Amino acid sequence: MTADTQAAQAEQGRARLRKEDARLVTGQTNWTDNIVLPGMLHMVFVRSPMAHARITSVDLSAARALPGVIAAFSGADFADEQGSLPCAWPVTEDIVIPAHPPMAVEEVRYVGEAVAVVVARDRYTAADAAALADVSYEPLPPVLDLRTALDESSPKVHAEGNKSFEWVFAQGDADEAFRGAPVVIERNYRQQRLIPSAIEPRAVVATDVGGEFTLWSSTQIPHVLRVMLALVTGIPEQNIRVIAPDVGGGFGSKLQVTAEEVLAVLVTRKLGRPVKWTESRSEGNLTVHHGRDQWQRIRIAADRDGRLRGLSVDLLADMGAYLMLVTPGIPLLGAFLYNSIYKMDAYSFRCTGVFTTKMPTDAYRGAGRPEATFAIERIMDELAAELGMDPLQLRERNWIRHEEFPYTTISNMEYDSGNYEAATARARELFGYDALRQEQNERNLDGDPVRLGIGISTYIEACGWAPSRILGQLGYAGGGWEHASVRVLPTGKVEVVTGTSPHGQGHETAWSQLVADQLGVAFEDVRVLHGDTQVSPKGFDTYGSRSVAVGAPAIFSACEKVLAKAKRLTAHMLEASENDIEFSDGRLHVRGDPEKGYSIPELALATFAAHNMPSGMEPSLDSDATFDPENFSFPHGTHLCAVEVDTETGQVSIRSYVAVDDVGKVINPMIVEGQVHGGIAQGIGQALYEEAVYDDDGNLVTTTLADYLVPSAADLPSYVTDRTETPATTNPLGVKGVGEAGTIASTPAVVNAIVDALRPFGITDITMPCTPERVWRAIQNARGNGGAA
Amino acid sequence: MSRANITVTVDGVTYTDDVEPRLLLVHYLRDRLGKTGTPIGCDTSNCGACTVHLNGESVKSCAVLAIQADGAEVTTIEGMADGQWHPLQQAFHSEHALQCGYCSPGMIMAAADLLRSNPRPSDQEIREGLEGNLCRCTGYENIVRAVRRAAEAGATS
Repeated sequence: MTADTQAAQAEQGRARLRKEDARLVTGQTNWTDNIVLPGMLHMVFVRSPMAHARITSVDLSAARALPGVIAAFSGADFADEQGSLPCAWPVTEDIVIPAHPPMAVEEVRYVGEAVAVVVARDRYTAADAAALADVSYEPLPPVLDLRTALDESSPKVHAEGNKSFEWVFAQGDADEAFRGAPVVIERNYRQQRLIPSAIEPRAVVATDVGGEFTLWSSTQIPHVLRVMLALVTGIPEQNIRVIAPDVGGGFGSKLQVTAEEVLAVLVTRKLGRPVKWTESRSEGNLTVHHGRDQWQRIRIAADRDGRLRGLSVDLLADMGAYLMLVTPGIPLLGAFLYNSIYKMDAYSFRCTGVFTTKMPTDAYRGAGRPEATFAIERIMDELAAELGMDPLQLRERNWIRHEEFPYTTISNMEYDSGNYEAATARARELFGYDALRQEQNERNLDGDPVRLGIGISTYIEACGWAPSRILGQLGYAGGGWEHASVRVLPTGKVEVVTGTSPHGQGHETAWSQLVADQLGVAFEDVRVLHGDTQVSPKGFDTYGSRSVAVGAPAIFSACEKVLAKAKRLTAHMLEASENDIEFSDGRLHVRGDPEKGYSIPELALATFAAHNMPSGMEPSLDSDATFDPENFSFPHGTHLCAVEVDTETGQVSIRSYVAVDDVGKVINPMIVEGQVHGGIAQGIGQALYEEAVYDDDGNLVTTTLADYLVPSAADLPSYVTDRTETPATTNPLGVKGVGEAGTIASTPAVVNAIVDALRPFGITDITMPCTPERVWRAIQNARGNGGAA
Repeated sequence: MSRANITVTVDGVTYTDDVEPRLLLVHYLRDRLGKTGTPIGCDTSNCGACTVHLNGESVKSCAVLAIQADGAEVTTIEGMADGQWHPLQQAFHSEHALQCGYCSPGMIMAAADLLRSNPRPSDQEIREGLEGNLCRCTGYENIVRAVRRAAEAGATS
């Protein structure tokens, strides 16, 4: 056994520093905006300043006349070829999916919708020319409040009306559960509209070389995008190559087929020269799809001892002006999780998708599950208060016990594994729950003007975007499998081709660790290839915390196939029976005789020479595999947050934050912890700071990072994290996924803490984001001052 | 449009160029000099991704005109390693202080300036010192750890 293989056995579970970092910390990155091609032109879009209007004329003559301008196009110029941006998730049979031209031709339906594009030799000239575009509009009334958008008197966003769909689910007898229930609580919660705010703005470069197109894009989904570009533009799929170079964050916002990507392809086709478009931040805030934006009406019925009887949820979900790639499916990703980890007799759910004259909504970190988790975890605290119970005790009374798995929930999800007791016990201990409760009581009794609040979130989520069979049942057009190829090179080095498309998740590192263990090769000898449809031809990309739960098992499976070939070859070379060959410590050898055998690199060299192959065996160890799990995976955990609320100023500060997550087996704990940190931060952002605000005319007010408050280091606390490890049973690695867990868990933990601090004042809710002004006004109202003090 | 002649030293190399007076320093670095290690994250000087050193002090290069750098010395992330990685680059790697890495060049340049003026900052001083640089991936926990680690390693320049 060599030192190399000894080390390789221990890769999984090891906090390997990342391979990706070398280029990222030195500035040697390949962001899309860095790409320069000979003859490359720059595009700048002219965008609607109106929320809703008819386009009466587009005059681009002055723009075209500016020196350095190559061309300018309006929507009408592309009317015959631009198609309609796709919606891949018709959630009901009678869903209204309006036509969505990449560039508006007749009518604009949100501020920022593209109406023209100017192409010039450099970005400054293109911007100058765009300012010369003369577009005339006939204003139409905007539709801005989804609560009144379905009124008959409301103006219409589309001729078909403002309702896109209504989707219902029910299990058990909800009427019976609520009828005669000793305790029924109803609440209305607002999921404010959010802007995902990846720090890298979107960028696109497109070329057309003799009818063969290459599109570089800051995208999470090169594979899906390639298929969709072919369907939207009619360009044959084999003539489209999509490359996602280094991508600077996504959080769901780059899980999209965008107008700008389609138009870049159409413009390069028209002009025969490479084109680039890079968005500005203010342009991005307007036109990168937004997240959340729901009103949630939730009712819960319980017995006096806290046992849950039933749950009823009625959602209004803002689609914005159009349905984009998975817009209507997002609220439904939460539909099966409102019941969370709790047992109950009945559950009913209804979601109505509503059009407004705003930027479309779509996936944003957590996508449906943060909304569901927020509502259930908030109302569990309200129920606990109503019953006079400790909120942790109420949860414990109702949660699925660890010995009850697998457990089919009231929403028909089969939870394969979990241990809510263990995660909660560990979180309680790290947090010092009892001591903090005692301090809280003392400070309340003393009338301390700075109140202490404790927030709980015992969350679960369903992730690992797969399984194809279930996605099909939900009406989703695509699949959810993942693909991998493992290639062993003649020198014994390994290339792993993955269909996942990382943009910060560290797949190059984690997949290397996985393969190093499986094949007994050194971590350094593995290279991971991704993000280019010519290099990685198959895959479903990275979103929905699917990469480790679906992508890693595909790699594992490909490695198994490599080993099977290696075994056959070893048996042949040793003139032994295949049944007598085993793999240990990086070598295939005769059982009981480790000296007699070969390493994978030695066997790879043997296939390269191919002098002595078994009869009928191809001279290669290379293997492909596709993995499609039978079920989602279910990360869970307990997050506890302590806040100090200054009742004189409304200022909330997070005093401590403890997260104990159970994401199953872990390949790289350092990467997992980083995902948890970042996830928590985004959830805190929703709780305290972030909101996309439209004014009464439908103008987005929060177009910059000065107005849309992405939290800084000074705005966020330090986090205490730990894990429990209950392996998933639905994949061979026992992994679950971790990309969204922190975001799903943290928002209700923070808001529960704030409300807990203020409950002695009779306050039962604060609308997010819980700004000092909102907190202060709530306290004033509770004191009968009406906020005037 | 009239043009101005500027001479700027960037990462140890001196360049002389005619530029439009309105050209932003960050576009000069990226588009004229090909120094694409410095990215752009916003258009209002809020995110800090484009932070570089101008005569030794950190500036957001989207908020500086190229002509304002005439005669100046500019250091970008590409000029930080001197044979080996700068202690901050090493610390960001060691503490997993980056995920997508888009904010990292600006974050490292801002942190270097912070440590120059305050070689042993407290965690709170690190957080406040970096509040002009936004990261959407890490939640800042590991960035704070990395800057602390670099400070302990004596990274004061």
